[in-house]
Amino acid sequence: MSSIRIKAKERKGSVDVKTLMKHKMETGLRKGKDGKKIPEHWITDVTAESGGKVVFAAAFNTSISKDPYLAFKFEGKKGDTVKISWKDSKGKTDSAETKVK
Amino acid sequence: MNRRSILKAAGAIMAAAATAVAFPRMVFAGYNAKAFKNPKMDDSLNELFGSSTTAPSGDIKLKAPDIAENGAVVPIEISTSLKADRIAFMVKENPNPLAIVADIPAGTQSTVKTRVRMGKTTQVMAVVSADGKLYTASKEVKVTIGGCGG
Repeated sequence: MSSIRIKAKERKGSVDVKTLMKHKMETGLRKGKDGKKIPEHWITDVTAESGGKVVFAAAFNTSISKDPYLAFKFEGKKGDTVKISWKDSKGKTDSAETKVK
Repeated sequence: MNRRSILKAAGAIMAAAATAVAFPRMVFAGYNAKAFKNPKMDDSLNELFGSSTTAPSGDIKLKAPDIAENGAVVPIEISTSLKADRIAFMVKENPNPLAIVADIPAGTQSTVKTRVRMGKTTQVMAVVSADGKLYTASKEVKVTIGGCGG
């Protein structure tokens, strides 16, 4: 299952996109049970595409909360596709796609 | 290679160059360690925008709680009537203040909403780049329990 959940809803020509990505977003400051610091591991880049065009792009620091939530708006219509993809500090990637409601 | 194919190739290169000039903003920043892993806000701004000269603006709406009980999850929302091409968000006294940079292409509204971690009570600041200038809005958020681990 994808780590990404997307909700995209159109209202008056504007598409409201809300997305939740499941990721532990380790800051590198937290200590584990053994007292050692847990190495940082976080999502660095998030890209949103619609119809092959980038409509939103963001870069994250470790200070974005665990299981990042991101919301934005772009001009679009019902039935358009929205594809969200992320890349983390270890080079792992994931993506998911949905249709605008 | 004959004359026709050379001309064709030259034409293609020129067309590509023209496209690059016409859409300079289509290049997205992506993660930039120099800006993100930086304890100094001015250095981060220089790295992101090529300038650290900012001016406060009433046209930026920065929504954040007055008191955040849990510093690990602080909801923030930035929206502006300015024609933003990039929006950044900073937490002044976090180890690395810069939290998020969002690129806003044409056709996307100048708004971004997310959740950030805050180590302690401090100022938070939204930085909006519009028409080659930097505008800011700030607010103090009181944090009851810090959320940066440790």
